[in-house]
Amino acid sequence: MSAAFIEEPSDEELPARRMLDQDWRKVFKYGLLLALVLVFVALTNMPVNLDRRMLIEPIFSMGYLSLFWLPAVFGLVVCREPVLAGMPSYAKGSREVLAGSLVGLIGGAGLSFLTLLLDNFNLREPLVNWSPQLLELLSFQRDTAFGIAIWLPIGLVLGTFGGLTHLLSATTRRVLSWAFVSVIAFAVFETVILDLSEGFAWLGAEWLVDELYFIRGGLTMHGAAVLAAAGSLSAAFGRDRAHRAKERFQALEGTSRTRANTIGLLALAAALVILPLFLGGITNELLANVGLFVLLALGLNIVVGLAGILDLGYVAFFAIGGYTAGILTTANRGESWPDWMPQFYWGTALVVVVILAALAGLFIGAPVIRMRGDYLAIVTLGFGEIIRLLFLSDWLGGYTGAAQGVTNIPGVQVFGLATVKGTDPRAVFYLVLFFCAIAVYVSWRLERSRLGRAWMAIREDESVAEAMGINTVNAKLMAFVVGAVLASFSGAILAAKVGSVFPNSFIILVSIVILVVVIVGGMGNIAGVIVGSVVLIGILGGPRQPGLLQEFSEYKLLIYGVLLIWMMLKRPEGLVPNVRRTRELHQDEYLQDAWLRGEIDTDSEPEDDSHSNGNTGVLPA
Amino acid sequence: MPSPVTAENRLNRRLGVDAFLLLMRVVMSAFVVLGLLMFIGQQINPDNFVASRINPDATGLTAAQFEGLVISGLSQGAMYGLIALGYSMVYGVLGFINFAHGEVFMVGAMTGMITSNKLDESGAWESNFLLSLLFVLVIAIICSTLTAIIMERVAYRPLRGSPRLIPLITSIGVSFFIQNVSVVLLGPGAKSYPTLPDWLSKKRELFGFVTIEGTRLMVLVVAAISMVALWYLVERTKIGKAMRAVAEDKEIASLMGINVNRTIVTTFAVGGAMAGIAGILWGLLFRSVVHTTGFLPGIKAFSAAVVGGIGNMGGAMAGGITLGSAESVAPLILLEPWGIDGVSQLKDAVAFLVLIFVLLVKPTGLFGERLSTEDRA
Repeated sequence: MSAAFIEEPSDEELPARRMLDQDWRKVFKYGLLLALVLVFVALTNMPVNLDRRMLIEPIFSMGYLSLFWLPAVFGLVVCREPVLAGMPSYAKGSREVLAGSLVGLIGGAGLSFLTLLLDNFNLREPLVNWSPQLLELLSFQRDTAFGIAIWLPIGLVLGTFGGLTHLLSATTRRVLSWAFVSVIAFAVFETVILDLSEGFAWLGAEWLVDELYFIRGGLTMHGAAVLAAAGSLSAAFGRDRAHRAKERFQALEGTSRTRANTIGLLALAAALVILPLFLGGITNELLANVGLFVLLALGLNIVVGLAGILDLGYVAFFAIGGYTAGILTTANRGESWPDWMPQFYWGTALVVVVILAALAGLFIGAPVIRMRGDYLAIVTLGFGEIIRLLFLSDWLGGYTGAAQGVTNIPGVQVFGLATVKGTDPRAVFYLVLFFCAIAVYVSWRLERSRLGRAWMAIREDESVAEAMGINTVNAKLMAFVVGAVLASFSGAILAAKVGSVFPNSFIILVSIVILVVVIVGGMGNIAGVIVGSVVLIGILGGPRQPGLLQEFSEYKLLIYGVLLIWMMLKRPEGLVPNVRRTRELHQDEYLQDAWLRGEIDTDSEPEDDSHSNGNTGVLPA
Repeated sequence: MPSPVTAENRLNRRLGVDAFLLLMRVVMSAFVVLGLLMFIGQQINPDNFVASRINPDATGLTAAQFEGLVISGLSQGAMYGLIALGYSMVYGVLGFINFAHGEVFMVGAMTGMITSNKLDESGAWESNFLLSLLFVLVIAIICSTLTAIIMERVAYRPLRGSPRLIPLITSIGVSFFIQNVSVVLLGPGAKSYPTLPDWLSKKRELFGFVTIEGTRLMVLVVAAISMVALWYLVERTKIGKAMRAVAEDKEIASLMGINVNRTIVTTFAVGGAMAGIAGILWGLLFRSVVHTTGFLPGIKAFSAAVVGGIGNMGGAMAGGITLGSAESVAPLILLEPWGIDGVSQLKDAVAFLVLIFVLLVKPTGLFGERLSTEDRA
C-alpha cells in the first residue's frame, strides 16, 4: 500500500541476482503459509465436495482445482516486489524460479503431512471433514504412501510453474492467462451456455454445445483445447484492436461522445430486454435474483458509497418493503387486521410501501444521524435486529404472522396481460429490470445533483462539509430515505416473487452480504455495484439464493468474508473503482507521488499517469 | 433537499430533528417510568383498575421469580462485562470497534467444547474435574488470545491510519470469516459440553437468603477474579501503564520509549484472554455452542461497553451487569405491564433498545469516557 512512485520495468538489461541469494525467511514464511492454507482448504472438504463438478471430463475437476491454484499463486507472489525509483532493481531469473519451487515444495509437504495424519489418526470428533473420502482424494484413489509421496512433486511443479511466470514476457503471460480463463469461464458458465443454446437452437447452437460439453457436465477434451486456442488467439490479436477502439472512444469529445455513450447504453438495454427471451427458467431465475440484489446494492451504495454512512441494519428496509407489500396484497393476512381492510393491488401497495419505507428511513436515521460512524453502524444493526424480532414476535403475531410469516401473496398483475410470480422467472426478471432501471437512473442523477455532491462532501469530511454550509443532518437523512425506498422496492418484489415472507429471510447476514457486494464492486460507483452483484450473487449466490456454482453454497459465506478482508486490505476502492473515492482512499500515495515528481505545487496533475502506483489503476481526473 | 442555507432556516431545520429526538427521549422515558409504575401497581394488587384494562392476565412476580431473574441477569451480565472489556480496551487504544471480538469469545467457547469433550472421553472430566476445568480454561485462553493477536496482525495493523470506516468494515469481514471457518471445519450444528458434576450445578443457599445455582455462582466468582486481575494489570504494572499511555496519545507514548505496536498487541491479547474466559463460562452455563454463539453476545457486549462508557474498564463491567440485568428483568417488569405477549422473545430487542436509549439520553455512557477523549457526538 505504501509503495510510492513505482516505475514501469524499463527495457534495458538489468542484472539478475544469483540463484542462492534468497530471502530465506520470506521463502519459508510463504511456504508455511501455503502449507497452512492448503491444509485448511483440504479440511473444509472443498476438494471432496467440488470433485463432483467436472471442469474437463475426465481429467480435471473443480475439487483438484481448489488445491492446485494455490501453490502456483504463492510461487508467483513470493518474489513479487515493487520496483522502487532510486532503488537497485534486478532482472527475474533462476532465483525467482527456485523460490517458487521451494514454496511449492513446502506447501506440498503440508498436504503430505495431512495425508499421513489422516491415515493414522481419527480426529472426526471435532473436525467433521476428517473423512476417508478426503484421504482417498488426497492419495488419488491409490494407497496412502502414493498420496504422501505425490504431493511433494505436485507442489514442486506447481510452485516452479508459478515462479516461471516471472520469466515470461508480458504477451506470453497474457496469452496463457486468457487461454486458462476462457476454459475455466466456459466450464463455470456451463448452465447459462446450455440454457442459451436451447434458446438459439435454430442457429445450430446445440451442435456446438454438444461438441463442447460432456453429457454429464464438464468440457470435453477437444472442447477445452478449442476454447484455449480461441482464448489465446483473441488475446494475441484482439488486444491491439481493443486498445485502438478504447483510444478512439476516449478521443471523442462533446456531443459525439455523448452519442457514443447513448448508443452503448441503448445496446445494453436492448440486450437485457431481448436476451431473457432466449433463456430458460434457471438462468432467468438467476438473473432475477441478481436483479433483486442490484436493487438492494444500489440503495446501500447511496448510503455507504455516496454518503459514507455504514448502515448495517439495511435489511430492515428490505423487510419492511416485503412485509408491507405482502400484508397488503395477500388474502390470508393475520387475524388482527380489521375485516374492512381490502386486498390491495400490488401497484397500489407499492405506494404505501414507499411511504412506510421513507418514514422508517427517517425514524431509524434521526436518532443515529449525529453519531460517529462506528456507533452508527452498531446502532443501525440493532435497529435491523429489532425490526426482525418484532416481525417474529407473538406480540405483533396477529399482524405479521410471527414465525409463520405472511403467505399466499399473489403475483403482480400487469395491465391484465400477465401475472408476475415466482413460477415465471422471466416475468419476474422484467419486473426487477424495470425497477433496477429506475434505481440506476435515480442514483445516476442524484450523484451529480447538489444533494449528491453534499453526500460526497460529508463522506470526505463531515466537519468541513458543515463549515461549507451543507446541511449535513438533512443530507444524511435523505441518504437514509433514498436507500430505504430502493431496498423496499426489492422487498416488495421479493414478496410477489416468492409468494411469502418470513422473518428469517431478513437476518443481519443479508445486510452484510449486500455490503460485501457494494464493497467488492466498488463503493460509490453504479457500474461497480452492478458488476459486484453479478459476480458475487450470480456466481456464488446470495444468502439464500443459489448461484451458478451451486457446489459452492457451503463455502460462499466463507468466501464473502475472505473477500471483504482482502478487498479492504488490498483494494478498498473495489473492482470497478470510483475515481474520486479512490483518491480519497489513497490520498497519502497520491500526495507522495506528486511530491516525488515535484508537482506538489502545481494545480493539475499531468494526463500521463503511467508512473503512479500501478495497482490502483486509476487516472487522476 | 439542501437548499441555500441561511442562519435562520438552518436553525429551523435543526430544530426539526432535535424536536424529534427530544420526543423520542420523552416517549422512551415515559414508557419506562409508566411501565415501572404499572409493575409496582401489579405487585401491590394484580387486579387494580389500570392492570385490569391494559394487562388483564397480570399476576405479579413472586420474590423467588424475581430473585431468579436478577441472578440470571447478573451472571449473564458478568459474561457480557468480560467481553465488553475487550471492546473497551481496543477502542481505548485504537479508537475503533473490533466487530470480530464476539468471534474471539466464540473461539474460546468452541475450544472449551472440544477440549472438555476430549477430557470427558478419557474420563478425566469426571475423575478430576477441577484440574481438567483449569486445563480447559488455559487452552481456551491460549486459543482466543492467539486468535485476537493474529487478527490484529493480519487484518488491523496494515490498516492503521486509514479512513475510519475501513478497519470497521474489515472487522465485519473478520467476524464473518471466523464464523464460517467454524462452520466448515466443525460443522454447522450445535455442539454440547459434557455434563457438570452435581456438586457444582446444584442450587445452594448463600448468606442464608439467596438461592443460586452453583454454575452461576462460579460465573460470578470467576468474572470477579478476572476483573481484579485485569485491574491490577492495567493500573499497577508497567504494561498497564504503557497501555494507558498509548490510549492517551500514541505518538507521545512512542516518544517516551514505549513500543506502541507491542502494547497494542498486548491489549488485543488481554482482551482476547478475557473473551476466552467468558467463552468457557458461557459454555459451562448454557452447555451448548454454535458458530453464531459469538455474534449476539458480541454486539450486546459492545452495547454494554457503550452503556458503561467506552474506554472505561470499570464502566465496561458495570455496563455488562446493567445490560444483563436489564435484558433479563426489563421484559417482565417494563413490557409485561403494557400487556405485551411473549415478552421473553423481545429479550434481544430490549438489549438494543437499552443501547439506543443510552446513546440518546447520555451518549458518554453511565461512567463517561476516561481513556479516549475523542469526540463521538
